[in-house]
Amino acid sequence: MNKIIEARFIGPNVKLFKIEAPKIAEKRKAGQFVMLRVHDNGERIPLTIADSDANEGWIEIIAQGVGKTTKLLNMLEAGDYIHDLVGPLGKPSHIENFGTAVSIGGGVGTAIAYPIAKALKEAGNYVISIIGGRSKEYVILESEISRFSDEVYPTTDDGSYGFHGFVTQKLQELIDSGKQIDFVLAIGPVPMMEAVAKITQPYGIKTVVSLNSIMVDGTGMCGGCRALVNGETVFVCVDGPEFDAHQVNFKVLKDRNNTYFLEEKESLHDYECHLDQAFFTLLKKQKQGEN
Amino acid sequence: MGQYPPVELLPSKERTKIPRHKIPEQDPNVRRANFKEVNLGYTIEMAQAEAQRCLMCANPPCIGGCPVNIKIPQFIEKIREGDIAEAARILKEDNALPAVCGRVCPQEEQCEIVCVLTKKFQPVAIGNLERFAADWERENIGIQVPKIESKTGKKVAIIGGGPAGLSAAGDLIRMGHDVTVFEALHEIGGVLVYGIPEFRLPKVIVRAEVEALAAAGVKFEKNFVVGLTSTLDEMMQQFDAAFLGVGAGLPYFMNIPGEELVGVYSANEYLTRVNLMRAYDFGPNDTPLINIKNKTVAVIGGGNTAMDAVRTSLRLGAKRAMIVYRRSESEMPARIEEVHHAKEEGVEFMLLASPTEYLGDERGWLRSMKVQHMELGEPDASGRRKPVPIPGAIEEIPIDVAVVAIGNGSNPVITRATPDLKTNKWGNILVDKTTMKTSKKGVFAGGDIVTGGATVILAMGAGRTAAKYINEYLMNPDFVWDWE
Ligand SMILES: Cc1cc2nc3c(=O)[nH]c(=O)nc-3n(C[C@H](O)[C@H](O)[C@H](O)COP(=O)(O)OP(=O)(O)OC[C@H]3O[C@@H](n4cnc5c(N)ncnc54)[C@H](O)[C@@H]3O)c2cc1C
Ligand SMILES: Cc1cc2nc3c(=O)[nH]c(=O)nc-3n(C[C@H](O)[C@H](O)[C@H](O)COP(=O)(O)OP(=O)(O)OC[C@H]3O[C@@H](n4cnc5c(N)ncnc54)[C@H](O)[C@@H]3O)c2cc1C
Ligand code: SF4
Ligand code: SF4
Ligand code: FES
Repeated sequence: MNKIIEARFIGPNVKLFKIEAPKIAEKRKAGQFVMLRVHDNGERIPLTIADSDANEGWIEIIAQGVGKTTKLLNMLEAGDYIHDLVGPLGKPSHIENFGTAVSIGGGVGTAIAYPIAKALKEAGNYVISIIGGRSKEYVILESEISRFSDEVYPTTDDGSYGFHGFVTQKLQELIDSGKQIDFVLAIGPVPMMEAVAKITQPYGIKTVVSLNSIMVDGTGMCGGCRALVNGETVFVCVDGPEFDAHQVNFKVLKDRNNTYFLEEKESLHDYECHLDQAFFTLLKKQKQGEN
Repeated sequence: MGQYPPVELLPSKERTKIPRHKIPEQDPNVRRANFKEVNLGYTIEMAQAEAQRCLMCANPPCIGGCPVNIKIPQFIEKIREGDIAEAARILKEDNALPAVCGRVCPQEEQCEIVCVLTKKFQPVAIGNLERFAADWERENIGIQVPKIESKTGKKVAIIGGGPAGLSAAGDLIRMGHDVTVFEALHEIGGVLVYGIPEFRLPKVIVRAEVEALAAAGVKFEKNFVVGLTSTLDEMMQQFDAAFLGVGAGLPYFMNIPGEELVGVYSANEYLTRVNLMRAYDFGPNDTPLINIKNKTVAVIGGGNTAMDAVRTSLRLGAKRAMIVYRRSESEMPARIEEVHHAKEEGVEFMLLASPTEYLGDERGWLRSMKVQHMELGEPDASGRRKPVPIPGAIEEIPIDVAVVAIGNGSNPVITRATPDLKTNKWGNILVDKTTMKTSKKGVFAGGDIVTGGATVILAMGAGRTAAKYINEYLMNPDFVWDWE
């Protein structure tokens, strides 16, 4: 069990947690993730390590409440415990000084791109961050990202804040302005990552995406997270999660991510109708840090 | 003093006439719809009557057939005498997990095949008796904590909580060392908890064994991936020796078209979702599985894993559940009992057949499978007749779910992070066969990570051997660590 030191919403349905995890904090590099379970009958889900401090022994994760597990997680507060937490998993991002790097985050993808963009800056890149959201309140981490980015462009679909349009339109605008771009990192919904890949391909700009496939163990044991990259099967949890965007088969990723569509809906529905009272008892115990 | 009245020994002649006692089991039509254990176990009367059949051979070949050399006639005699506690104690001198092995060992290839009764009559049901004694102990007096030698002050890290790691931990704690087991998952047991289903090996049995080890002083650190959470090198600064029992956890696929379709699972994923994550009870448990009710499931392979996956499918409500295996039945590596149980439950067997392609719909969901039928050709290097494709004999079969159970390679997480650990070309860790020491000083290894996918008892045997030499290494200053 790992203790939550701090918990606060940073956007609608998006919550940031600072968690005691000295071992993980010591080892973790940008791009790596953890897997956690919220309670003893819970699902194992992957979440990126957004930040960490080895001296103080904590890691930070940012979760968007989309289904049962993430919504349960987002009910936890400082002082509560994470039932199981394992990591750091996955390969660290490949960081080097590419020159000018554009980091694009869509929705909660911004939280996943954030530590990598920071590492790119530390490696000497000129970092341009594009942070997309549906509307103003969905643009997250802007002040954190501004701290290290050379240029920051918030974008909103409805024009309520920053650039009016999709992150891809902003990227196209940057390219059209004649700016030299050496590297693009794109993390967000699959259609967004696919669209970015389509834009950068004709220009031959090296582009990396982080794949959000469905995972079970996160250690290479089950093969459930497999994706097709360059026509070959890869296990995202151990071979990734980052891959060359121009080689990823996004259709397979989208299809596979829809595998449990019906079950997830059912699970969320039951949960939201408060049918599983048993769970609330569990959560209470959880809050007291019992097993 | 026994717990039950002894059963008098009959003359040898009469004893050989007693037929082997079948273990009571759930009716196939009932059990194919539940996850409860298939075999129900002997009563004390049955156990004592079966024990009566053992001839107490002076030179018992059965002991040599058991990879850990359990003192078989001795423990069986105690059952006949009614002293089950003592029978369990004798078992545990050589086997840390008798309740598990009695259930899952391929006895027909090990202890029972060499029993002197096998040729003319039927072998003594050694596995069933082993299980009986171990279950009796757990249910009646609780698993007894063994005597612990005085503390040595030496610290040993056991990496991997499967049968290899657990048996090494059990021996090393008895020898007085300070033992910590590091496990990547959130539950201890390895394949015993994520692979082998509840209906063959109830989880409570594994959990009780783990609790007994904890009571003896073994520490457990779950959610700890060696190679990622800490490297082996870092751990060796805090521990005097380490044992690697990380198993063979990397599922093979066939690399045929369509394997990425939704509905194609590896057996590891399918079984992990159902067993470890309890997807068979979705609702109270959050981890889903594709709904199997009234679906057709094809399981590719002929080993224990394949049998577990196909029988699991029936229990999840499959309309048709079939094994697709490229050789013939006699070559299937699964335990005979599992194949027999699968047939009783209604599993279909498509032998001498191998999938060549999976076909899906526009949503990327599996719809059918193309199968190449085979015939037996010339014997290959292993002496088995090789299946060869019959030209043109390709059939398309509608299926909803495919489970690929063709074996596991070695998981590279540890070896990637430990470059000085020597491996063969398949990634198996190389060890000295006598002592189980690796190319890295202070580090021993055993189980599936060394041999490739094998059996529970072989993994446990390797764990024991390693424990013996870890003790040597820690306590004997003359122990040399030579490695060519
Ligand atoms: C490497 C990696 C890093 C990630 N980092 C973050 C992060 O930092 N912040 C964040 O909010 N989200 C992150 N995600 C996504 C997050 O794991 C899913 O949103 C979460 O699992 C949803 O679970 P649920 O039960 O709440 O929702 P569900 O209703 O179960 O599912 C909603 C959607 O999430 C996906 N999903 C479901 N189960 C899993 C699973 N076991 N593993 C992966 N995806 C699943 C499916 O595509 C599904 O359609 C990451 C995913 C991956 C693979
Ligand atoms: C479905 C199935 C059915 C089977 N049925 C039978 C049967 O009926 N009879 C039989 O005798 N055998 C059977 N086997 C084979 C038997 O289970 C294995 O041979 C045996 O479990 C191997 O034991 P092990 O300890 O070497 O590895 P495992 O049982 O695989 O345990 C290894 C453990 O190490 C952990 N681990 C891996 N990497 C790390 C790391 N980096 N850090 C920390 N921990 C790590 C894993 O999570 C796992 O818990 C079956 C196997 C399967 C898959
Ligand atoms: S451990 Fe296995 S091989 Fe040995 S006696 Fe028991 S059942 Fe037989
Ligand atoms: S070989 Fe058979 S009869 Fe002889 S001691 Fe062993 S179990 Fe008994
Ligand atoms: S999540 Fe199981 S192999 Fe990647």
